Amino acid sequence: MRGIQKHLGEFEQHGIRVVAISVDSPEISRKLCGQAGFTYTFLSDPKAEAIRRYDLLHASASPEDSDIARPAEFLIDASGVVRWVNLTDDFRVRARPERMLQVIDAQHL
Amino acid sequence: MSSRRFNWYIWVGFALTLAGLASYFLVFALFPVTRDIPWVNGLMFLAALSLLFVGSRRAFREPQVYRGKIAGPVLSVLSVLLIALFAFFSLSFTKRLPSSAAAPRVGQRAPDFALLDTNGKSVTLAELLSVPRGAAYTTPPKGVLLVFYRGYW
Repeated sequence: MRGIQKHLGEFEQHGIRVVAISVDSPEISRKLCGQAGFTYTFLSDPKAEAIRRYDLLHASASPEDSDIARPAEFLIDASGVVRWVNLTDDFRVRARPERMLQVIDAQHL
Repeated sequence: MSSRRFNWYIWVGFALTLAGLASYFLVFALFPVTRDIPWVNGLMFLAALSLLFVGSRRAFREPQVYRGKIAGPVLSVLSVLLIALFAFFSLSFTKRLPSSAAAPRVGQRAPDFALLDTNGKSVTLAELLSVPRGAAYTTPPKGVLLVFYRGYW
């Protein structure tokens, strides 16, 4: 998340809106954005509705045994079509912002 | 011979191994900085093994001074086994992810959604794709990058 913030200017230059989604409540996300200085869009999916629709539910995976999202990235073009998907096989390993910018470059959106 | 000294390195080392294991589940798993990569626990294990090694070595080199020729090796092996087990489970745990076989694929339409932003305002994917990104922009974005993350609860 921090890496994305660092490269946010480049995402903006490419005309890309970055949107982060988790089960966190709007309050928790607001606190996170305030503390970490994140300025992109954070959306709350506490009932995991969108997370389920994207088949990203990781059941009972939080320390409190609640359902959360597995990490995943989707690049969606202006017509609403998926152009690139990244599903990590290890939740500690995420797509690097540099890699995502390369992908965006190559897509010629 | 009965005046040999208690070899506390060995026992503190073993206690540190146990503390390293327990503290991960009781404390460090609760915070994102120490949850995904248990580095504090790694440092505790490193300290524990160093103490066990030094303690065992002096038990063998100076058996007339220090006790622990049995406790040292036994507790060292036990610690190594426990730490190996912890490392194995924490590594395999991070790879235990759902298959997400039905996740949207390249070329498919991204499912729409309506979710609350940090101001509690409902936002749909259609809006994210069609509304300019802020006062500095007059045109809609060329695309949206959705980043799903585990969250901080």
